[in-house]
Amino acid sequence: MAIAQSVLDIVLDECRRHHMETVDRIHLQVGALAAVVPEALTFCFQVVAQGTPAERAVLDIETVPVVVRCPLCGDLYEMEDRLDMCPRCGPVVSGLSLISGREMTVMSIEGRSKNEGA
Amino acid sequence: MVEIKVPVVRNILEVNERLAQENRKIFDEKKILVLNLMSSPGAGKTSVLERTAEALQGRYTIAVIEGDIQSSLDAERLQRKGVQAVQINTDGACHLDSNMVRIALESLQLDFVDLLVIENVGNLVCPAEFNLGEHHKVTILSVAEGDDKPAKYPLMFQISSVLLVNKIDLLPYLDCDLDVIHQRAKELNPLQHIFDISCRTGEGLEAWTAWLEAQIQEKKNLP
Ligand SMILES: [Zn+2]
Repeated sequence: MAIAQSVLDIVLDECRRHHMETVDRIHLQVGALAAVVPEALTFCFQVVAQGTPAERAVLDIETVPVVVRCPLCGDLYEMEDRLDMCPRCGPVVSGLSLISGREMTVMSIEGRSKNEGA
Repeated sequence: MVEIKVPVVRNILEVNERLAQENRKIFDEKKILVLNLMSSPGAGKTSVLERTAEALQGRYTIAVIEGDIQSSLDAERLQRKGVQAVQINTDGACHLDSNMVRIALESLQLDFVDLLVIENVGNLVCPAEFNLGEHHKVTILSVAEGDDKPAKYPLMFQISSVLLVNKIDLLPYLDCDLDVIHQRAKELNPLQHIFDISCRTGEGLEAWTAWLEAQIQEKKNLP
């Protein structure tokens, strides 16, 4: 619920800034490690957005895979499971650096505005 | 009507982060040491709190914000130990956020408080994502949960400055290797303080409360 509220706060803020009357679509990127369930977020968003210009907005949630860098060979590889190993070096216990997978970002919003100059 | 698409690229957590900084300002102004206590359900958050309150009783004033959805009785248990406690209703949410903490602060008398403990929702994933304005994140892991937990939930162990390994009195009956926990936790966060404790026997609690007391004292002595 807090995440949905934060998304709405950002969207309404941008909405004012760009003089938008209604928001139709919100593009989000959520890392696979961020522990966000898209259906739950969509539901919560619909609840908190009621009565705002974003109440009919579609949430377009893109899941960003977990990508890590192997400390031994320096290669990047995707991790679907925490026990996945480096394709080149095998199991790596420590020193992995996370390249992506924790982000939670509002990427863009689409909507309509009345005045053309906006 | 003109259709427009605007690139935004704003971190969703920024709102929480801003409020966390506001909370932090309140804590620092009042010279209160604040802990964010996290663990899975049943690891012993409330027992640790009770034991800690007992150890500091008479010397320091403690307040607790309870965010655990499972335990409505905990607040009463703590109030019996002379601890000011307020319960947050999380509406089923899997973590506390800065705004909930801010609201809870309003029902506490903070002027004479030395230590505030925010007891987060029992969960090793989501609470790790949200700063609340605390000075230290403290994770409790009970040995009954197994020694693979740091490997499975790395973020929690990376961000915590303290790890309390609880229920060590059960070690003889479990297939859990204390060294493995220490080793994995240190790999994830070499600066982490680790205390092995048993709230049942009291073993190891002295080292933990001594560390805590030093932190409280340091905060009080700040100009
Ligand atoms: Zn490799």
